[in-house]
Amino acid sequence: MNANERKRMRDQVAGLRVNRRFLLFAVAATLTLPPLVAGAERGTGDLGIVVERAAGSVQVIETTGNTALKRVEGLGDLSHASAVFSRDGRYAYVFGRDGGLSKVDLLTARLVQRVQQGGNSIGGAISQDGRLVAVANYEPGGVRVFDAESLKLVADIPAEYGHEGKTSKVIGLVDAPGNRFVFSLWDAGEIWVADLTDPAQVRIEKHRNIGRNPYDALLTPDGRYYIAGLFGEDGLALLDLWHPQAGVRRILPGYGRGEEPLPVYKMPHLEGWAVAGGRAFLPAIGRREVLVVDTTRWEEVGRIPVKGQPVFVMARPDGRQVWVNFAFPDNQWIQVFDTETLALVQTLEPGPAILHMEFEPRGEEVWVSVRDADRVDVYDTARFERRASLPADKPSGIFLTARAHRIGL
Amino acid sequence: MLRLLHLVTKLVALFISGLAVLSAVSLLVLSAAPAAARAEPSPERQAELRNLLVQDCGSCHGLTLAGGLGPPIRAEDLEIKPVDYLAYTILNGRPGTAMPPWRPFLSDAEAVWLAQVLKAPAD
Repeated sequence: MNANERKRMRDQVAGLRVNRRFLLFAVAATLTLPPLVAGAERGTGDLGIVVERAAGSVQVIETTGNTALKRVEGLGDLSHASAVFSRDGRYAYVFGRDGGLSKVDLLTARLVQRVQQGGNSIGGAISQDGRLVAVANYEPGGVRVFDAESLKLVADIPAEYGHEGKTSKVIGLVDAPGNRFVFSLWDAGEIWVADLTDPAQVRIEKHRNIGRNPYDALLTPDGRYYIAGLFGEDGLALLDLWHPQAGVRRILPGYGRGEEPLPVYKMPHLEGWAVAGGRAFLPAIGRREVLVVDTTRWEEVGRIPVKGQPVFVMARPDGRQVWVNFAFPDNQWIQVFDTETLALVQTLEPGPAILHMEFEPRGEEVWVSVRDADRVDVYDTARFERRASLPADKPSGIFLTARAHRIGL
Repeated sequence: MLRLLHLVTKLVALFISGLAVLSAVSLLVLSAAPAAARAEPSPERQAELRNLLVQDCGSCHGLTLAGGLGPPIRAEDLEIKPVDYLAYTILNGRPGTAMPPWRPFLSDAEAVWLAQVLKAPAD
């Protein structure tokens, strides 16, 4: 070893020491400052959460660099968990299966509040004015409404039906203009519209005999049409919120043409952003088909044969493509269709058990949860290439803050 | 009093339907594959089945099996239901409800094993 080499080695060691000192400083800085803020102010428009269903945690993610920022734990049983956002895009309200309602601060990545509001719940919504958070419950069947700030109960709406005081499981809860919440009763086959202009005096309008076993519902992005899918029969129930007195209309009756439906291993979901270019793209229950419906006449204008029974049918925000994922045992696939020609554009196989897809607000990328690979992948929606892949513990729902400004989400 | 009567009627009805199903099941499960029905799935397959139980049964019955769209199916909820009755339900579903038949993905022996796990979750 000559003198030069020795010097170089000394410098390297010194460098290591400096690095280590810097590292210590960095760790100390992280411990003393709030986790995400780290001295710099930031907005929340590119933030979101990934639900880790079995671990009862969520990861706060950002879509500018496609990274995970921090994990928030202690949210309970998050199977089938969903989330809505406060209008400032800072807080996520997470609805857990175990009836827990959790409020997560995305900026500090902290669980700021949590209430055990029911025994078993399925989802929720935030009111038009942002002041009320409503939760749909299976047990006890009904809807509970909370103050968005304090999570204090402000209204309780038991889903009683019939004459024996039975309560129904509630599904398909969405917010609608006029500070209303609209939801469906699985057991009763009813759609209720609750007006919470005055939470102390909730006004409820009930629509009965809307069809057997509504399993989920959507509100069109303009907030006008509420559509509930029916598990118990072929067809969907449509309520025009501009003319509720006209009652619920059945659309696409008998879309299965009397054929025996396939067994359903996972209930499909209906979401407002399956509406694109004057057409709605809806999963056919018990069939390997996506139904295409004209949104002015509400009549079927086509159907797309797909690889499995569709679960989510999601339109890219520009409406040019729909992305479809499938129920077990075809849940390793995603298919992409052109909304104009209905042609298959792409088939992807990201990995085992694709549970959810969430587009970035302008649609250039889509986040995909690959549950059984413990991964969340980000795809470029023009080239269908994987841009990023993040580890996540049995991920399910992915929710971005852009939802804060959408009606019915 | 009325509640008690209701409970007793319900139990009797359950017992009778259980018996009926049991006889059908014993014919089906036991005579169809008497040896296979009692064979334990391999350790790898057991892991797959446990994942199926938590994730896929869990989509409707809840991850903790405390219920969702489907009824709760924890051990304490299934106390009075025989293993063969449960295996039959898993394999054939319950027509008229949202419970689908899992026969395309499970052997008779695997359904029996799953039913045993449901009734006595060891770990």
